[in-house]
Amino acid sequence: MEQLNGWFTDLLSDNMIFTANTLSFYWGGLVTTVQLVFLSLVIGMILAVPLAIGRGSKRRWIKLPIYAYTYVFRGTPLLIQLYLVYYGVVFFEGIQDSIFWVVFKQAFFPALIAFTLNTAAYTTEIFHGAIKNTAKGEIEAARAYGMSRKLMMRRIILPSAFRRALPAYGNEVIFMLHASAVASVVTIMDLTGAAYYVYARFYAPFDAFIFVALIYLCLTFGIMFVFRKLEKRLLAHLRPRGA
Amino acid sequence: MIDLQGYGPRLLEGAMVTIELAVLSLILAVILGLLTASAKLSRNRLIHGIGTLYTTLVRGVPDLVLMMLLFYGGQIGINMLTDQLYYAFDIDIFININAFVAGVITIGLIFGAYMGETFRGAFQAVEEGQMEAARAYGMSPLLAFRRVRFPLMMRHALPGIGNNWMVLLKTTALVSIIGLTDMVRVAAEATKATHEPFMFMIPVAMIYLLIATLSEWGFAKLTKRYNTGFGESSEWNN
Repeated sequence: MEQLNGWFTDLLSDNMIFTANTLSFYWGGLVTTVQLVFLSLVIGMILAVPLAIGRGSKRRWIKLPIYAYTYVFRGTPLLIQLYLVYYGVVFFEGIQDSIFWVVFKQAFFPALIAFTLNTAAYTTEIFHGAIKNTAKGEIEAARAYGMSRKLMMRRIILPSAFRRALPAYGNEVIFMLHASAVASVVTIMDLTGAAYYVYARFYAPFDAFIFVALIYLCLTFGIMFVFRKLEKRLLAHLRPRGA
Repeated sequence: MIDLQGYGPRLLEGAMVTIELAVLSLILAVILGLLTASAKLSRNRLIHGIGTLYTTLVRGVPDLVLMMLLFYGGQIGINMLTDQLYYAFDIDIFININAFVAGVITIGLIFGAYMGETFRGAFQAVEEGQMEAARAYGMSPLLAFRRVRFPLMMRHALPGIGNNWMVLLKTTALVSIIGLTDMVRVAAEATKATHEPFMFMIPVAMIYLLIATLSEWGFAKLTKRYNTGFGESSEWNN
């Protein structure tokens, strides 16, 4: 213990990089990253539920546009989508004169829009897959009870589909956290942006990037832990008995 | 040919860089993935531990951060190494990391971890009886791997490889950030110069979609081939 203590003191004594100043940069970055990812996930999920239902519709004019949307957004890099929104937002007629310009002037909102559209596309496909895989028996039972389509969707199909979508959605959350690193490209000071700043300022790539990698690793493990707990709770009925 | 304000040819060059980068890193990722899968299935604790550490670390950290670490840190690391060589053995060499090579190595390293997980599952899905039969025929381990385990494994691995390839293709866009002139970088430069984002970004997005669509078709063909003898190919779903 004594030795360990001494080792730590030695390690930190000639540390020029991790001062209160740079640590506050990292903290600001963490807050921005979490805000960006959380908001885009929440809005994306709200958009994805109706889209997923529409994606499974029998009517072509509903189904096809949604399919085209998910195909395009899942088939192109998020970076391109970000550039398109970030540089493209000024092309909306009169946006620079409107009250919204205060908001859109900052990079945060274009990034939020791009991330939301991206995650909504992936989440739509995840939910669509889960809805499609609903057991026939559940639907038959609901019909036998005389439920209308709407009621059946609300009480039977969606709750069971959400549970089945949980593992895939957990992956999507982690994917989104990692993908959010590109936000630093459009001048946003997220975690990666903070790390790049520290790297550029001190020319210390190992310290700057390994530290931020560890923060991301902690966040990833945290998300994994939460989803494992959720799965345990919500998918308890699917586990083999006695396990 | 569409001129795109003179950026057309450069955009095409960039597209070639993207494709070369994606294919080369896919090859590296497959090799690393096979090694990782073998490591994770190994009975040796140390080898197993290294494999697990590699896949966990790589999959827990954003691609961009790893890329920056390896790209910016790699040169300094190699310089330190060559300095040590110079002081210790008086060997004077200078290695300059080429951005393209750095890109291939980084993406290969990242997707090697994902491929490792895919291959591990696929290896385990091959019945042991098949390998026993191969051994009973007196095949050497290498021959048994090539003729029996690999073709059987591919049937289970292909959907995963297909997904990884699609993600890898999109990840190549990130090399534009660390200074490699792929088509995204050309488009970004052109956008900044001309203030016409749609004119450059949309063609680039369409090229990505085209590659994705073509590879989906290719993977469907491959899946059909590796499913020969197993009835209808049902495993490939996007």
